[in-house]
Amino acid sequence: MGAIDPAAARRATEAVPSIPRDAEGPVFKEPWEAQAFAMALALHERGVFTWPEWATTLGDEIKRAQTAGDPDTGETYYHHWLNALERLVAEKGLAERATLARYHDAWDHAADRTPHGTPIELRPEDFRD
Amino acid sequence: MQLRVRALETVLAEKGYLDPAALDQIIEAYETKIGPHNGARIVAKAWTDPAFKHRLLQDATEAVRALGHESRVGDHLTAVENTREVHNIVVCTLCSCYPWEMLGLPPVWYKSAPYRSRTVKDPRGVLADFGVTLPKDTEVRVWDSTAETRYLVLPMRPGGTEGWSEEKLAELVNRDSMIGTGLASQPGKAS
Repeated sequence: MGAIDPAAARRATEAVPSIPRDAEGPVFKEPWEAQAFAMALALHERGVFTWPEWATTLGDEIKRAQTAGDPDTGETYYHHWLNALERLVAEKGLAERATLARYHDAWDHAADRTPHGTPIELRPEDFRD
Repeated sequence: MQLRVRALETVLAEKGYLDPAALDQIIEAYETKIGPHNGARIVAKAWTDPAFKHRLLQDATEAVRALGHESRVGDHLTAVENTREVHNIVVCTLCSCYPWEMLGLPPVWYKSAPYRSRTVKDPRGVLADFGVTLPKDTEVRVWDSTAETRYLVLPMRPGGTEGWSEEKLAELVNRDSMIGTGLASQPGKAS
C-alpha cells in the first residue's frame, strides 16, 4: 500500500474543486436539515415507506434538480431530501400539498408577528384562509 | 426551507404520524453518539480478533448486531476487506446510501455528483484526488451502495502496530479509510 501524508492529501483534495470535502465535524449545516433527516427516519420506522422507495424518490429528486441546473455539489443535498419527503408524504396520503402550503404560510405569518429572539408559536389566527 | 420543514412537522405531528420528542432523540443520537467511531471499533476488533473478522466478512449485519449495533436502517451491511491485492472503494451512484450506523451521516463530497459519477469511471483518479496512491498491480474494486446493501471497507492494518489494544488501534481508523477514499492512519499520525 502506498504511503500517504495526510496533510498533503488534504491540500491535494482542497485543490480539486470537483469533489467537495468536509471535516468530520457536525453534519447538519442548519437545524432544518437535521429535522428533515430525522423525519425521514421516523416515518420509515412507522412503515410509511421502505428504504428502496426512499432511495428511488430521493434519486429521482436529485436527477430532477440536476436537470433544472442544480450544481449538485452535495451542498443542496437536504433540499432534495426535503423535496423527496414532501413528495412521499403526499403520495402516501399522509398530508396533501395544499395542507402543507397552508401551514407553511401560517408559520410564515407567525414568524412575521413574533418579536426577534422570542420562540415562534403557531396560533389559530396565523391561518388566513 | 425552515418554514417548509416546520409545516411538514406540524402537520404530521397533528395527525399523529410523528412525535417531535422522538425526532429530537434521533437528531441527538446522530449528532453525538453515532459517528465513524462506531465503525472504527468494528475495524479494530476485526484486526485483533480473527474469528470476529471471519464473521464480519461472512455476514457483517449479524457480526455487528452481536456487538449491539442494531441497524435501524433495516438493510444489509457487507464488509469488504482491503489487501495488498485489492483495494475497495464505496459509492452510491443513485443518491447517498451509506452505512449510517457505522459511519454517521455521509460527508458532503460523498453526496456530490462528481464523486458519484467519477468513482465508477475513474476510481484511481478519485483516489489520487484524496491523496491515495496504490501500487499499480493492486486491483481497485468499486461497490455501488443501494438501499438494501451498504458497504463498510475493512482497511489494511498499518505496520508497526503489533500488540496494540483495540482502543489504540481504533484511533487509527478514520472515516475515509472505511469508505475506501483513504487508508488507515499510520502510527504516530493518528488524526
